[in-house]
Amino acid sequence: MREDEILELITQVKRGALSRRAFIGKMLLLGVTAPLASQIVNASGVGPSQLTSDYKPTKRGGGGPLRTLLWQGPTLLNPHFAVGQKDQIGSRIFYEPLAVRDPEGNLVPILAAEIPSLENGGLAADGRWVVWKLKQGVQWHDGEPFTADDCVFNWEYARNPETAAVTIAPYQDIAVEKIDSYTVKITFPKPKPYWSSVFVSDWGMLIPKHLFKDFTGSKSREAPTNLHPVGTGPYKFVDFVPADIVRGEINLNYHVENRPYFDSIEIKGGGDAVSAARAVLQTGEVDYAWNLLVEEEILRRLENNGKGRVVSVIGADIEHIEFNFADPWTEVDGERASLKSKHPLLSDRAVREALNLLVDRGSVEKFIYGRGGVATANYLTAPEQFCSKTNTWDFSIDKANQVLEAAGWAKGADGVRSKEGKKLKLVFQTSINAPRQKTQAIFKQACQKAGIEVELKSIAASVYFSSDVANPDTFMHFFADLEMFTETADPDPETLMQLFLSWEMATKANKWQGRNRCRWSNKEYDRMYRDAESELDPVKRAGLFIEMNDLLVKELAVIPVLRRSQVEAFNSSIKVTLSPWEGPFWLLHDWYREPAV
Amino acid sequence: MTKYLLRRLLIAVPSILGISIVLFTILALAPGDPFADLATNPNVPPEVQTALHATFGLDDPIPERYVRWLSAMLQGDWGFSFVSRVNVSTLILQRLPTTLLVLGLSQVLALMIAVPVGVGAAIKPYSLFDQVTSGLAFVGFSLPTFFTGLLFILVFSIYLNWLPFIYRADLNVTGLRWYWEEFRQAIMPIAVLGLYQGASWTRYVRSAVLDVIQLDYVTTARAKGLPEHAVMIKHVLRNALIPIVTLVALEMPAIFGGAIVTEQIFRVPGIGSLLISSILANDTPVIMSITFVFSCLVVLFNLIADLLYGWLDPRVSYS
Repeated sequence: MREDEILELITQVKRGALSRRAFIGKMLLLGVTAPLASQIVNASGVGPSQLTSDYKPTKRGGGGPLRTLLWQGPTLLNPHFAVGQKDQIGSRIFYEPLAVRDPEGNLVPILAAEIPSLENGGLAADGRWVVWKLKQGVQWHDGEPFTADDCVFNWEYARNPETAAVTIAPYQDIAVEKIDSYTVKITFPKPKPYWSSVFVSDWGMLIPKHLFKDFTGSKSREAPTNLHPVGTGPYKFVDFVPADIVRGEINLNYHVENRPYFDSIEIKGGGDAVSAARAVLQTGEVDYAWNLLVEEEILRRLENNGKGRVVSVIGADIEHIEFNFADPWTEVDGERASLKSKHPLLSDRAVREALNLLVDRGSVEKFIYGRGGVATANYLTAPEQFCSKTNTWDFSIDKANQVLEAAGWAKGADGVRSKEGKKLKLVFQTSINAPRQKTQAIFKQACQKAGIEVELKSIAASVYFSSDVANPDTFMHFFADLEMFTETADPDPETLMQLFLSWEMATKANKWQGRNRCRWSNKEYDRMYRDAESELDPVKRAGLFIEMNDLLVKELAVIPVLRRSQVEAFNSSIKVTLSPWEGPFWLLHDWYREPAV
Repeated sequence: MTKYLLRRLLIAVPSILGISIVLFTILALAPGDPFADLATNPNVPPEVQTALHATFGLDDPIPERYVRWLSAMLQGDWGFSFVSRVNVSTLILQRLPTTLLVLGLSQVLALMIAVPVGVGAAIKPYSLFDQVTSGLAFVGFSLPTFFTGLLFILVFSIYLNWLPFIYRADLNVTGLRWYWEEFRQAIMPIAVLGLYQGASWTRYVRSAVLDVIQLDYVTTARAKGLPEHAVMIKHVLRNALIPIVTLVALEMPAIFGGAIVTEQIFRVPGIGSLLISSILANDTPVIMSITFVFSCLVVLFNLIADLLYGWLDPRVSYS
């Protein structure tokens, strides 16, 4: 069983016969995400590796201005209200969390003195609590000291439903108490293997208590500090025009020595992705541009100018096609796609198998997304180059035809297959977005050749992703047969796997707010998830998630298409490390420029 | 005249109210959610979106929301942006200087091109100068601003590397240096807009001057022995410009609305780009404020244009 393999690998790491990196590589082969893999190694008593920093400058400042471009400019600077990554990036210049995740998924302390573990007494053996030791001598930009009171305050602020903070989820059911000025204890109601969901990454950015304490709950929007952030970060606030510009200047009291290198930072917003790419790669007007959703050929041509380089960072975000297991075309008790109905076509396994064979993932990756994605057969992803032995994807119109023929779907005179009077006609919806429309088009073509008629539907993104109860076109209602979008992933698979739980169903009763929009349920899956939720042994936990992924693939509950990557462009002289689990400014204090010789 | 003015103002009030009702109802009925970005993120529980809706009163019936908006507006509270969580008036005032600078100067540039060229073309109709400028004018207002904008960027920023193509509203240099840098970054958007506007105005000026230049009193003035420039400026231009002034007065509200496409291409933080990003984000208070102010300006400038016309042309009277 998987567990044995994993245990064997761990012994090798302990002995020194296998490096951490290689271990994580092997774990990825099995479908375990990198942070989970590093959790396994850490829990087995192998010490966390230090992030080897190649930061060269020997003094603070002197680096001149750092100019960056986000073609969606930040619209607010309070991390607890951030809508989308753009706002988190804007806030991240000024605010910091206790720790961040490096590319291998290891925790790197920022405002914490050290990462809690079993050895240093920071982690409970039963997973019920964790103790964070805070870094001493850290000051807010206005000179006040950073203490445990600030951590406790952030917990009270975010979990208050009247604040309507978007960061509420990790803070909701926990209890945070101050042990002393620089120690904070978090207690969980049930054993929680994913203890690092609190105070970590962009969701865990901390705001100062002394400036926000009079503005909690419904008064949260009135705080003047919302517009003039005061944080602990490497840059102090200078100026902010929503969606246009964010400016910061060097924080001379920053808590890491010799950092930051740059004297000022500027985020310019607006415009489109292509001109942003030009600004970095052709004219050199800016040093960094974010999230370049640009066609591959254009990017390659721009790269040839030699002024900058393009980097793509791949995480576990998964672009996938969901099947509707309920019937959206029949109303049961006044509800469409009700749990009491069953989809007449998609509940036939052969149809799902055929549809899976008709997605040309290779072409989608090569011609449509380019650097923006990697084709995959797993929902919980593994990188393509490791080519998972258990799950592979295939594109074959012939095989699809064979599968359908064998199942009794005969082609009619109009070329569309039917069985028992039901024709294979499906409605496929997604948001308006050029690569998605192209993917829809080639899928429709392939389906046509297999005798399936697909009707394409594209909906404006702000409508598709809205939570408007009255609007039938949202992805949450799922009043269509197939839908496609990217589900953003946490470093821990728990939240990603929630989409298939039977108690997360989206129904009229809960205003379609459940995460399980495809209305699929499986008792085995539910049981494994419940076990994984409280399983403290990381090895067993990883094994459970791998099995859950394999169950989804085997039962054809979903069609995974690609792992989405984020494409960024940098000026050649900028030295920076990117992590797929974080935004681009996760280690902003370590950015420096090495002048070209 | 005062009676006319009062009558017009009294009519303006219900028309503005009517405009605001139509705007508000359409925006309230439109699908879309200002908090859509939260939906795909697994970290954000759906209750947050509903809580935000409740906080901003998005679930109340439309007439109630309209009355609330109107009373706030009358008290000077222009609303609160859902997306930026800032007062709308702050957002607009932040962008007003840039808008006035770039668009105001572009209108000035358009006038500076249109009047001399139009007059010159009209003095000698169908001459070489007239043919060339008319041809260029046609090309000018046929080419869309996004095309000319991109062309300018390619030529001046990328190939020649003379001008920056990212507009910075706050240059951190002072003194003469500031003027030079501001000129360098603003000249392209100003030129794109100015040339486009100037092209169509050249044609108007030309035909207006042509109308006047053939009239008898111009021949009389020349016969009296007045120098040519006195004839042109004191007699011809003064009369020809009356319809032009009306036209310019009607175009003034457009400065406030901004030039959406040009602002997008050059990243000029004007009111146009604020409007378009609010529309895309379904940020209703901002959209309402901008469109409402814009419609008030249109009504106001219509009135000003009518009054101006009456004042300039003694033949026109108000009854």
